[in-house]
Amino acid sequence: MSCRKRCKREIFKFAQYMFRLVTGTLNTDSVEDELEQSAVRHRPEGLEQLEAQTRFSRKELQILYRGFKNECPSGVVNEETFKDIYSQFFPQGDASTYAHFLFNAFDTDHNGSVSFEDFVMGLSILLRGTIQEKLNWAFNLYDINKDGFITKEEMLDIMKAIYDMMGKCTYPVLKEETPHQHVEIFFQKMDKNKDGVVTIDEFIDCCQNDDNIMRSMHLFENVI
Amino acid sequence: MASGVAAWLPFARAAAIGWMPVANCPMPVAPRDNSKRQDELIVLNVSGRRFQTWRTTLDRYPDTLLGSSEKEFFYNEETREYFFDRDPDAFRSILNFYRTGKLHYPRYECISAYDEELAFFGIIPEIIGDCCYEEYKDRKRENAERLQDDQEENKDLKLPNMTCRETMWRAFENPHTSTMALVFYYVTGFFIAISVITNVVETVPCGATASQKDVPCGERYTVAFFCMDTACVMIFTVEYLMRLFAAPSRYRFMRSVMSIIDVVAILPYYIGLVMTDNEDVSGAFVTLRVFRVFRIFKFSRHSQGLRILGYTLKSCASELGFLLFSLTMAIIIFATVMFYAEKGSSSSKFTSIPASFWYTIVTMTTLGYGDMVPKTIAGKIFGSICSLSGVLVIALPVPVIVSNFSRIYHQNQRADKRRAQKKARLARIRIAKTGSTNAFLQSKRSGLLDELLELTGTEADEQKLSKSVSLLESQHYHLLHCLEKTTAHEFVDEQMYEQNSLETALQSGPSRSPSPSSSHGDSASTCCGCRARRKGTALPDPHPNPNPLPLPGPQPPHHHYHHPQQGPLQELSAIHIQCGDPASHKTSRSILNQKAEDGSRINCRRGQVTTAIISLPSPPTLDGDGLHGPPHQRRPPPPPGPTQGPPPSIQTTSSSSHIVKVSAL
Repeated sequence: MSCRKRCKREIFKFAQYMFRLVTGTLNTDSVEDELEQSAVRHRPEGLEQLEAQTRFSRKELQILYRGFKNECPSGVVNEETFKDIYSQFFPQGDASTYAHFLFNAFDTDHNGSVSFEDFVMGLSILLRGTIQEKLNWAFNLYDINKDGFITKEEMLDIMKAIYDMMGKCTYPVLKEETPHQHVEIFFQKMDKNKDGVVTIDEFIDCCQNDDNIMRSMHLFENVI
Repeated sequence: MASGVAAWLPFARAAAIGWMPVANCPMPVAPRDNSKRQDELIVLNVSGRRFQTWRTTLDRYPDTLLGSSEKEFFYNEETREYFFDRDPDAFRSILNFYRTGKLHYPRYECISAYDEELAFFGIIPEIIGDCCYEEYKDRKRENAERLQDDQEENKDLKLPNMTCRETMWRAFENPHTSTMALVFYYVTGFFIAISVITNVVETVPCGATASQKDVPCGERYTVAFFCMDTACVMIFTVEYLMRLFAAPSRYRFMRSVMSIIDVVAILPYYIGLVMTDNEDVSGAFVTLRVFRVFRIFKFSRHSQGLRILGYTLKSCASELGFLLFSLTMAIIIFATVMFYAEKGSSSSKFTSIPASFWYTIVTMTTLGYGDMVPKTIAGKIFGSICSLSGVLVIALPVPVIVSNFSRIYHQNQRADKRRAQKKARLARIRIAKTGSTNAFLQSKRSGLLDELLELTGTEADEQKLSKSVSLLESQHYHLLHCLEKTTAHEFVDEQMYEQNSLETALQSGPSRSPSPSSSHGDSASTCCGCRARRKGTALPDPHPNPNPLPLPGPQPPHHHYHHPQQGPLQELSAIHIQCGDPASHKTSRSILNQKAEDGSRINCRRGQVTTAIISLPSPPTLDGDGLHGPPHQRRPPPPPGPTQGPPPSIQTTSSSSHIVKVSAL
């Protein structure tokens, strides 16, 4: 903007200010403030549809929804709330970074909020899905930019987020390089062709060959 | 972990799958949820209003009543619900706490009622949400203050064993406790006034003498004023020393403001006494007299308004400080400006900045003496700005001070009102108590009457007098009766008590009733036939009978209610039976005595029987002196009493109103 125009605008604003000062209307709310953000309200799809799309029974969906709606009466979770809720489970450390990644993993349509459908779909995969689906989900979580490759930096972010949740008071004491070391181990295991990234196939292959991981995938099956 | 997010735990556990691929070690085994209960609805019936919720909702807070097994105590098998006999309105907030995890305090609810509900349901008030916490705390504090005020007034009741010192202190602090205190209060107040007036009048010029100009009264009537001053100071000194003696904590008393004022008020006099002959310091002595004006502050003990003012100023210290600070700032600014503005003009009074301070202060407080006036135009402009801003700066903190004063003043008013109301409230409570006592007495009388009438055979009166008494009342009365029997005393109403006490006071030995007293009425049945014991000796009549009976056994002399040196008063119970025929009254005594001997009954068909029941304060005194009326069975001796059933003298006296008093048993 040119100098003159800017000067003119400033002078106009000043004149307006003096006018308001004289007439005593300086503090009135401007019109823009009136337009509040309309509260986000969301109603999930019907029970039947959800029942069809997920592997939960009707009763389970009811229980899930009641808990969900209790915490988030508006029907959607935004990232802040999500972080808050998740942090309550890990009081010693800082769970916000990991919660951020989790949020992105659940928010499949990337609109900044997790609705009940997203929530329940994610849970359906995690709790009732096949191994393939679960591993797919995990890969999605690690792949921060969703480009199909897990780079070392992405993995390092995830690892740091996980270690952050532990907090300070651990035994043995957490050192600065622990996440790095862990990432190295991971890449050694997963990156078969040593190209510095892990693809989905490498990931799934590797995990299926690992007994530990296979066993742990079944761990949370009876959560609901 | 907040129980509210317990619903999200399954999610968090599911999301833990994200850690699996990066983990190097095997995971621990997950806990099994064997008791997989379907979520069920439970019904909470609170005084008829049914609330329903999931069981898991209540299980969120296991350390409360509803969340633990404690609620099983309230389970009603037939209706299969949990019944609580509590306020359903307050229960709403409590149940909402389980549902939302936040406890709210509803404004319409009384704070103590709410606290009680919380305590019942095992919820600590500290978890009230932020939105309602402030309100809750404010109300709680207000309530505590109110109760504290009441308690403080209770302390004013006279304690029986107070030392002289404590009595004095109480008298000083609260002049309404006794007449002496009141006298003292007024005397000191009078002398304070005198002293202050003297100080003032001392300086008034009174009557010029021929040669000299006007002389102040103080110098004219030196002796008179000196005497007045001495008198006042003596009174003040005595008062101070007495207060010092009576104070529970002398050190604290000496540090208190009032005592410092006292000391400052009387000290100049003593200093003056010491230093009268020394010429050099007499000037300083004269200045010391200024401190005599502090005597006026002694009035604050006498005036509550002054105390409130002082208290207000103390509590508004921060506002006053701000006022002072802002004024100082403004004064300095304007003084500087005026000084430089007026520097140019000749013969200006604004010689220096400190000199301009005076002008600034006078202008800002809108006094405007006019001794310093700006002459230049710039000076005048700045002078006007100065006066305008002065108004603002001073006006700002004043409303705060005023509102503080008003709040404290109203608080005091409220305290006074509460005190006045308290008297009325206590009176009401007392009336209620006496009402219930009277009901008890009434029932006793009617019980006696019933029995009497039973004995005498009249039916008509019985119906008239018998009152229907509920089961609860009858049980209560039975209890009181048991107490009476236990203590071997009886309840009596106030009138009788007063009467009896008067009569005891009036009685002194010699007047004797002519009727002999016959004792040993073992077999005599009384008009209240089934009573086994004789309770008391009745003598509330104008012919007090002394006790001619030689009471066998060791009898403490104070038994005899006739004796003037008697200690505790006996209160007597008597049944006054109005006999219909006046003729019988002459013979009543003898007849009754005889009857006492053979144990016949009173023949009293008509008339009213009134019972007055009197209790005897000391157990051994039961036996009787003036029993009149039909003989009573001998009262079994009270267990500790040394007196072994000395048979009372059974005497009958009839009053002029044809009332034969029969002592109740």
